[in-house]
Amino acid sequence: MLKRLFRAERARLEAMVAGQVTPDSTRCVQCGICSFNCPIGIDVRRHAWLGQPVVNSRCLTCGECVARCPRGVLVFARSDLFLTGGGK
Amino acid sequence: MTRYLLLGTGVAAIAAAEAIRSADAVGKISLVSDDPLGYYSRPGLAYYLTGELEEALLFPYQKGDFDRLNARFYRARAARLFPAEKQVELDSGARLPYDKLLIAIGAQAIPLGIPGANLQGVYKLDHLADARALLAGARHGQTAVVTGGGITALELAEGLAARGMNVHYIFRSSRYWPSVLDETESRIIEDRLRAHGIRLYPKNEVSQILGKNGRMQAVRLADGRTLKARLLAYAIGIAPRIALAREAGIACERGILVDETLQTSLPDIYAAGDVAQVYDPAAGKHVLDSLWNPAREQGRVAGLNMAGQPTPYTKSAPLNVTRLGGLTVTIIGAVASRLGEGQEEGDLLAIARGDSETWRELPDSIIAQSGFEVNRLRLMVGRKHLLGAIVVGDQKLSGPLQDLISWQVDITPIRAALLRPNAPLADILAGFVREWGKGVHR
Repeated sequence: MLKRLFRAERARLEAMVAGQVTPDSTRCVQCGICSFNCPIGIDVRRHAWLGQPVVNSRCLTCGECVARCPRGVLVFARSDLFLTGGGK
Repeated sequence: MTRYLLLGTGVAAIAAAEAIRSADAVGKISLVSDDPLGYYSRPGLAYYLTGELEEALLFPYQKGDFDRLNARFYRARAARLFPAEKQVELDSGARLPYDKLLIAIGAQAIPLGIPGANLQGVYKLDHLADARALLAGARHGQTAVVTGGGITALELAEGLAARGMNVHYIFRSSRYWPSVLDETESRIIEDRLRAHGIRLYPKNEVSQILGKNGRMQAVRLADGRTLKARLLAYAIGIAPRIALAREAGIACERGILVDETLQTSLPDIYAAGDVAQVYDPAAGKHVLDSLWNPAREQGRVAGLNMAGQPTPYTKSAPLNVTRLGGLTVTIIGAVASRLGEGQEEGDLLAIARGDSETWRELPDSIIAQSGFEVNRLRLMVGRKHLLGAIVVGDQKLSGPLQDLISWQVDITPIRAALLRPNAPLADILAGFVREWGKGVHR
């Protein structure tokens, strides 16, 4: 149980470093498995329809949607927010 | 105020409605469909069948989305078009006038034309209603027969297996989906299906369904065997629903022919999605796609043109990501492995759901392949470009390949390396994509 908790926490931290959930809309068929598996009920599918990254302060970046998507629509991508304006 | 009438509530019609609304805030948009369940994810039915997804989640639109569309929905069947009067007659006899009309009524399953096909216990998979009926008929521990050659047949087999049924999967070809997959890929998928407990009957077909009191009890196969079964599910191809357009004098082949603005042969009447046969400049002819994303893109382009924003439709390299035997498989561009093989296979004369005719084109290319067991990569290498690819298993390269193929990136720097015997394709590609991303090869 404890091991699982650590694993989840580690995945979360890695994901946070990696950035935000970003969809490739051309691969998405709006099946809804991502929204269905989001533990806090973010409508990830809507983001995929609009081709927008999940910019939601409630997103835990737990990776459930990324892992469950049967078509590889979602990836963690580094946010550009921190890279603009000041170089690297 | 422009009156837009859209026939259908699938993704093509919804994308058209969104595009129209983005360009015309006041026009009157009406959608007519005989599917009582409206807009839902048709490809998502595969995951509904396996139980990965609850039914309520198949509906992508929330109330706010409908409000933003500000459209009127009619639950009816369009019975007849009157292009001269610019009206559509519904099955109730009522007529709806239009200024711009979109036909996006999709395709339907080709019926199983064998004795006993009308018996209870025989299922197709066109709509959510069909999936509901199939699940209501499924029973854990009992026997199901599935027949057909493409993705949908496999989804039926895997869905019923996931529901605990003993599945017998019957198909005409000597191996699974030979018009798109090569022999190794077919074998990989077949081995996985067997491991999931599905029994395969290649080079066979269901010749008759046997029943009693209106209910099926068994199937007879072409090789003479009889299998007792509770149900039969079939997916032997689909046919675009063109009768309505043809009766109105709109030019059709297998689908409704459209120009690059998605307009049909009659002015102010457009078509998009599975019902439309669009021009493919690469093939030099009109082709059918039965894929979600082209349907969405066609709907969007048709909508913009209908709303007075001239927009050409550019057919991109067809892409489908699917799951076969539990493995993610991405198919991009043209991938046919042997000329003429498709023609030998009766199942493959029709297009199937999730299928694109472009995949069957044999590109003028050399095949490079690598892989083992469940990770496999096959590339169709043209003179300067990659023409197609199949990625089975690990999908890290499928995104970059999608870009290289659809943007026709010049691969001259790595072409020779790719074609060397036993070349590490994945490494070569990954290196090239990294360099290309930095602009080295642009």
